[in-house]
Amino acid sequence: MAELFIFFEQIYRILFLLIPVLVSVAMIVWLDRRVWAFVQKRRGPNVVGPFGLFQTLADALKYIFKEIIIPASSNKAIFILAPIVTMTLALIAWAVIPFSETFVLADINVGILYLFAVSSLGVYGIIMGGWASNSKYPFLGAIRSAAQMVSYEVSIGVIIINVLLCVGSLNLSDIVLAQKDIWFVIPLFPMFIIFFISALAETNRPPFDLPEAEAELVAGYQTEYSGMMYAMFWLGEYANILLMCAMGSILFLGGWLSPIDLFPFNVIPAPIWLILKILFLFILFALIKAIVPRYRYDQLMKLGWKIFLPLSLIYVVLTASFLMYFDLLPVN
Amino acid sequence: MIAHAIVFYIFSLIAIVSAIMVTVSKNTVNSVFFLILDFISISCLFIMIGAEFLGMIMLIVYVGAVAVLFLFVVMMLNVAQQKNEWFNSSGRSSHIPIGLLVSIIIFFELIIVIGGWKYKPDLLDSIAIEINTDLTNTQSLGSVIYTDYIHLFQLSGMVLLVAMIGAIVLTFRQRSGVKRQSYFKQISRDRKDGIELVDVENNKGVKIDA
Repeated sequence: MAELFIFFEQIYRILFLLIPVLVSVAMIVWLDRRVWAFVQKRRGPNVVGPFGLFQTLADALKYIFKEIIIPASSNKAIFILAPIVTMTLALIAWAVIPFSETFVLADINVGILYLFAVSSLGVYGIIMGGWASNSKYPFLGAIRSAAQMVSYEVSIGVIIINVLLCVGSLNLSDIVLAQKDIWFVIPLFPMFIIFFISALAETNRPPFDLPEAEAELVAGYQTEYSGMMYAMFWLGEYANILLMCAMGSILFLGGWLSPIDLFPFNVIPAPIWLILKILFLFILFALIKAIVPRYRYDQLMKLGWKIFLPLSLIYVVLTASFLMYFDLLPVN
Repeated sequence: MIAHAIVFYIFSLIAIVSAIMVTVSKNTVNSVFFLILDFISISCLFIMIGAEFLGMIMLIVYVGAVAVLFLFVVMMLNVAQQKNEWFNSSGRSSHIPIGLLVSIIIFFELIIVIGGWKYKPDLLDSIAIEINTDLTNTQSLGSVIYTDYIHLFQLSGMVLLVAMIGAIVLTFRQRSGVKRQSYFKQISRDRKDGIELVDVENNKGVKIDA
């Protein structure tokens, strides 16, 4: 009986995390379109509900009632599996995100490695979708996306090493608590910039949205998808973007910590701070989508391998020698 | 404990079935996907025995990087067709003796490993390194690799470096006639180099690219 109780309690906790994430993904799509529109002096979605907030729900309803078309020459099992993989991987990563000192679903020892592993698995949804469609544009999109994500993962990994050198633990709560005195965005500012740009590339956001460059590849790996399956790709993509924002705020912006430990700030509950930081990073993501033109593919690769990777490696050496010289290495 | 055993058997069953499917399935891309499933279930097994660092590294390195490149090669090279031809052809293949040799060696290795199980208690007694159970296994791995085994660690790094340089040397070729973009050249151009005002004489024209 006790086991059953634990089982139901866990399910309740998982739902308590997943449903807000899914709802906020829907809201974030609205926010993305709104920011984009404001930059371009348009109004954006403003008809359905107050300020157009329910636009995404209306879109989702439309997708649900659309027919799912599976191309005759596709590899059907993998074709159906691809959006499921994308969506699942985008959601399971939220299990380790700490919203406060106590509010975390799974406080595992190797939290940051788990996040990194899940985000590197994200490429499979795209490759599977592109390959199983059995047509030219999706396949080209999938190959581009795989190369791009593998390249930028390398620099993200090295940047994570920078942060870990300052923390001395792979646990996400420890990473946040290590920033009590100073957020890592200040000593590691160049790394924060590189992380941010790599996160754009990792989530296939503009200006690095070459896998779905509509001018060249129709819609990239999603070309053959329709209805609910397309919506799942789309939800997974935005959940991934939110996840990258969460990762950025945990690694560099002090996670759930308030900026200063003074009266009006430290009354606000911890999860609100994390959400505010995620929103801040997301608005930056949305602004960049609106103001930067798309990169060319060779420029993208050059940026990843020839600029970001050496820079972040040099910074690892610098951080390590600085910590070593001033005897600041975290030892426990 | 029963739940632990059930989960263990589920993962090992998935690992074994997908390992069999890697060799059995006719479509090579499906084989690679089964290989990925195999990697994932094995890393789950690692996590179950408490080696969470190893499990995560397995996911990141094998599934996140190696298998992606593998999938790339298999998708691009159309290995499926070759494999099918090989299966359907009646003639004898030259691959059989080598494959047989490799599988015999693997078989004997497996026998040695399973035989070694019997001596596990003796081996455990002879371990020189003290295992501190308070530390997480990431910390204990680090404290061993970077102190006692630093030379071996560096050596394996060198081997990887040599392999990397070898791959670059093998695939590198200097192509002629490729126009490359140089950002510095582009940015440092000014009006003087770009524009030239010429008085064009009637019926003479201007010489371009002089």
